[in-house]
Amino acid sequence: MAPIAATLAETKDAGSVVLAAAGEWLVATAAETDRRLRALEVPAGSRVTLDLAGIDRIDTAGAWLLLRTERDLSARGNAVEIRNLQPSFAPLFDQVRAGGILAPDAHPRPAHHSLIGFVARIGEITLGLLGRAYRILGFLGLVQLTALRLISHPRRLRLTAMAAQMEQTGVNALPIVGLLSFLIGVVIAYQGAGQLRRFGAEIYTVDLLAIGILRELGVLMTAIIIAGRSGSAFTAQIGTMQVNEEVDALRTLGLDPIEVLVIPRLFGLLLTLPMLTLYANLMGLFGGCLMAWGVLGITIPQFMRELQYSISERTFWIGVFKAPFFAAVIATIGCYEGFQVSRSAESVGRLTTLSVVESIFLVIVIDAGFSIFFSVLGI
Amino acid sequence: MSDHPGEAIISVRGIVNRFGSETVHDGLDLDVYRGEVLGIVGGSGSGKSVLLRTIVGLNRPTEGDVVVFGSDFLAMGDDKRREVEKRWGVLFQDGALFSSLTVAQNIEVPLEEFYHMPLRLMDEVAAIKIGMVGLPEDAGGKFPAQLSGGMRKRAGLARALALDPEIVFLDEPTAGLDPIAASDFDKLISDLRSSLGLTVFMVTHDLDSLFAICDRVAVLVDKKIRVGTLDQMLHDDHPWIQAYFHGPRGRAAQHAESDQRLRADSQIVAPASA
Repeated sequence: MAPIAATLAETKDAGSVVLAAAGEWLVATAAETDRRLRALEVPAGSRVTLDLAGIDRIDTAGAWLLLRTERDLSARGNAVEIRNLQPSFAPLFDQVRAGGILAPDAHPRPAHHSLIGFVARIGEITLGLLGRAYRILGFLGLVQLTALRLISHPRRLRLTAMAAQMEQTGVNALPIVGLLSFLIGVVIAYQGAGQLRRFGAEIYTVDLLAIGILRELGVLMTAIIIAGRSGSAFTAQIGTMQVNEEVDALRTLGLDPIEVLVIPRLFGLLLTLPMLTLYANLMGLFGGCLMAWGVLGITIPQFMRELQYSISERTFWIGVFKAPFFAAVIATIGCYEGFQVSRSAESVGRLTTLSVVESIFLVIVIDAGFSIFFSVLGI
Repeated sequence: MSDHPGEAIISVRGIVNRFGSETVHDGLDLDVYRGEVLGIVGGSGSGKSVLLRTIVGLNRPTEGDVVVFGSDFLAMGDDKRREVEKRWGVLFQDGALFSSLTVAQNIEVPLEEFYHMPLRLMDEVAAIKIGMVGLPEDAGGKFPAQLSGGMRKRAGLARALALDPEIVFLDEPTAGLDPIAASDFDKLISDLRSSLGLTVFMVTHDLDSLFAICDRVAVLVDKKIRVGTLDQMLHDDHPWIQAYFHGPRGRAAQHAESDQRLRADSQIVAPASA
């Protein structure tokens, strides 16, 4: 293809200017011609003639540039005349005149950058957060009412759906929860041993491990993994149904979406998370036990004996006690965000991310709350 | 314009498309002439969209050649292919607008990518295209999710027109629109065709569009294609084509069109005689 070129020749007489446009006024040359037209200096009040005789090809961008020049010059009080417009280009000029000139800058970009914009944005986000907290609380209430109603009519509980959820959120999560807890046990034992050895207190590695895992890390890690794995799945599943109008279909069939979709997930997770926590605790202790044996030479019987001295049943129960609360948070947030999906596929992705972030955040906040609560009670 | 001794800007020769054991096209030939509106029809699953995707290079045919603007599209290097891609625009079924960008930014994507225009000029060009496809002025700052289906299609068309292409491919442009919006869209396409000198390749199910704006019709039957003017196709004796054009809906569309022509003629005559 020959190089595309658009030219603009300027002839000035006393009181009148002739601009002769020639060549190919296409989108490809528009950046260049735009620069040249903006740099144009025409004495105020002079007569301007736009001579288009030399134009070989022109498209919308080219036509717009010429028409914009005409408009701008007339606005500055020049008499402007377009001459020698070839008849075959006339429809294009009409189209651009009809479509464009009315709306020169129709879409200023949103102003994030000013100080007021910044403050307004902070306000917007804060109000958004409060509004969301309020709506989540409302959803929680709705779920509780439905749950209570179902508990009084246990025959309406969907046991098959619940079992399926327990398989997906519980059984299928065993490998990942087990492996990660094992590794956490290994890490804690190794780090603890390094520090405690300096005081000759290696044996207390077992205490550190037992209390750390049973009270805090076992249940916390499990909850975080499940929030990432199942909380996101809840949002994505319900969200996809929302996109397909399946949730609306349920309603028109006289089924309560909370009863059909939320309760099996909630009850399923309420049962599986404590069990997964127990499993995670065992795997964590097992990992720590192997590490203690390898690094410190603490044999397995020694480890067991120390374990019995260091912890009481209560340590274990405190950890497991937290699991149902975490399960409720994960299931509620996961389902709530699923129902928030609008009819666009894009919102499924956005809300899935949001649901994971929110539920991990709340899990950790609640865990911190429990720590304070227990320390006040002196447990 | 319906007679077309003109130049074929797209020639498809001997296209075979096979997916697994399923043969969709078997030795299909088609020419698209400059300046025409070509309508592609066919039953569900007859491979209309596959044909469109094959021509624009989204699907590589099992066999056959696609010649675009005189050169073999399938054998092109990346640079030449980009040059060709600048000369056409594609409107996908639901607009396929980038959901994270506003309408104006969607239109500006090809402008920025290919020509590095100053922001202000891009905004101006985007505003013109928005006006040209009949969207309200404030549509430029909206996100695709805030638009109705018909507006999304118009916005998609505006993006397809961003570089002033010579040919636009439309995949079911009127599907899912109400009859008024659909006939507005038909009118828009025929207006743009005459003002911009566009060639239009339109996959459609809409009999009204066919009668209203298409110069020629290509029917996909028996894995091949039959092309002709609407009149020729109306008299084609292939059973599927007969059923298509002479079924109840086909008949209704024909009547509507001849009514409209009569009305349009009388409107044209009136001012001329005045």
